[in-house]
Amino acid sequence: MAKITFITSDNKTTVLEGSSGSVMQLAVDNNINGIDGDCGGVCSCATCHVHVHPDHFEKTGMPSDIENDMLELDDHVNAYSRLCCQIEINEALDGLVLTVAK
Amino acid sequence: MTNSSTQICVVIGASHAGVNFAFSLRKEGWEGSIILFDKQTAIPYHRPPLSKTYLTSGDDAKDKNVLKSHESYTKENITLQLGVSVKTIHREAKKITLSDGTLQQYDKLVIATGARPLIPDIKGINNAINIFTLRTIKDSEAIRNAIKKGGIKSALIIGGGYIGLEIAASLKKMDISVTVLERENRILDRVTTQNLSTFFKDLHTNNGVVIDTKKNVISIETHDNVNTVICDDGTRYNSDMIVLGVGIRVNTELAQEAGIAIENGIKVSAASQTSDKAIYAIGDCTYHHNPHYNRFVRLESVQNAIDQAKVAAASICGKMAIYDAIPWFWSDQYDVKLQIVGLFSNYNEVIVRKETGENKKLSIWYFNDKELLAVEAVNNAKAYVLGTKFIKGRKEINKTNLRDVSLTLSPSNLLLP
Ligand SMILES: Cc1cc2nc3c(=O)[nH]c(=O)nc-3n(C[C@H](O)[C@H](O)[C@H](O)COP(=O)(O)OP(=O)(O)OC[C@H]3O[C@@H](n4cnc5c(N)ncnc54)[C@H](O)[C@@H]3O)c2cc1C
Ligand code: FES
Repeated sequence: MAKITFITSDNKTTVLEGSSGSVMQLAVDNNINGIDGDCGGVCSCATCHVHVHPDHFEKTGMPSDIENDMLELDDHVNAYSRLCCQIEINEALDGLVLTVAK
Repeated sequence: MTNSSTQICVVIGASHAGVNFAFSLRKEGWEGSIILFDKQTAIPYHRPPLSKTYLTSGDDAKDKNVLKSHESYTKENITLQLGVSVKTIHREAKKITLSDGTLQQYDKLVIATGARPLIPDIKGINNAINIFTLRTIKDSEAIRNAIKKGGIKSALIIGGGYIGLEIAASLKKMDISVTVLERENRILDRVTTQNLSTFFKDLHTNNGVVIDTKKNVISIETHDNVNTVICDDGTRYNSDMIVLGVGIRVNTELAQEAGIAIENGIKVSAASQTSDKAIYAIGDCTYHHNPHYNRFVRLESVQNAIDQAKVAAASICGKMAIYDAIPWFWSDQYDVKLQIVGLFSNYNEVIVRKETGENKKLSIWYFNDKELLAVEAVNNAKAYVLGTKFIKGRKEINKTNLRDVSLTLSPSNLLLP
């Protein structure tokens, strides 16, 4: 089990628990505002953009090349941007804090 | 919005369009009931993986494939009625008849009935064995189960469109020997130009799939568990399995019988409204105007389903909403990711760009004079993302620089000052 915190653009904080699947699925299953997951998690839509808490970037790791390319021109991209469909949930993510990008 | 708490919004079809609509409607502030009907029994799911990862990966992929969990419907107070098909729309009474004969009242009705596979008129098709179409989760499972049972070594895909080619790639991955038969001169004839057709033909050929073009199938003979497919030029193909991928038929009958305007699909306004003000239509079943390209189109894509769903939801909640999206689409085959943005028809110039040293990174840029219309990007998300920005902003491109692969793809290199 990993506890993951989502902070949405309306400054609402939601803590969810997951054990498998992607962070995007967890968010979509719980109606987290701003994470749509339109392409179903194949890195094609960029509707699952989050900012990882800077202290937690080691937990999630760096984005892949295609993820970087998808994000590069996004108006809200920063050094801690990830497409959360590309983050698989595992124990090591416990305590992760994510801010949903606008 | 006033007084919507006693109103009922009914949605026919719970797939990409219908489900996204229901959740968007809540988000827009609709306080009344939302009832989704679908004749299928499975909880609504993502369709794109059905020909891709879902086909190859098996039941463990089931949870991953769900559009929204059961709990999220409950949380948003959206009623999901599965296994119920809608038979008739009574516009004057604002009611629909369900498959069990009961009537359901509506204030607003949304038609999201999508499409079904086209079954070509081929002699002997009804007697063929192990013959499949692919539109639903059941179809995908049926293909996978037939292979799991054993005894299937070869498959013929009739139709070289995106879905047919994705199935070819997936079956190949499952160690089936695959042949694709295409009626036209080239695969993907209806959806792209020669450049991309050639790329995919080579990709499949290199992966051991046989692609035969100019093959018009006229009959199928089936003896002793083997299908023989016969083309009008006399060629014959034996195969254990046949998958039909020759396109779709839009589910417009329900709307048509109710007297709603139909033109190459259910005709809708910029707000996705049909000719009846209380009835909206969204997704694959619609024929709509695209303002950016100023033409009418019927699209088969997740993007269109979702964007129309959002527009319809906003409009029903009394907001000004206009569908003004740049279409986008993707297809995954083998290790190749194709991403398309824009509509290429009306082009008069194409620039094909192959990145140096990088395996299969390709992008195809379509112009009408100065205007960039569309980009097809193969393993090149950067080209896709840039293309999207440029098309949206109607930016003028420096074509000389675009042709020059020693210059990287970036706004500063590609935009004219
Ligand atoms: C195998 C496959 C791969 C695809 N790959 C991609 C891809 O990579 N990228 C992409 O963008 N798009 C892809 N698509 C297209 C995409 O899935 C469709 O554009 C999308 O599903 C359209 O959604 P929709 O809700 O409009 O219609 P549909 O998904 O067709 O759903 C319509 C629903 O309405 C229901 N229905 C119809 N009539 C009735 C009735 N009378 N009563 C009750 N229910 C009814 C049906 O059961 C169905 O569930 C793919 C499609 C398939 C089949
Ligand atoms: S869900 Fe589409 S990119 Fe993550």
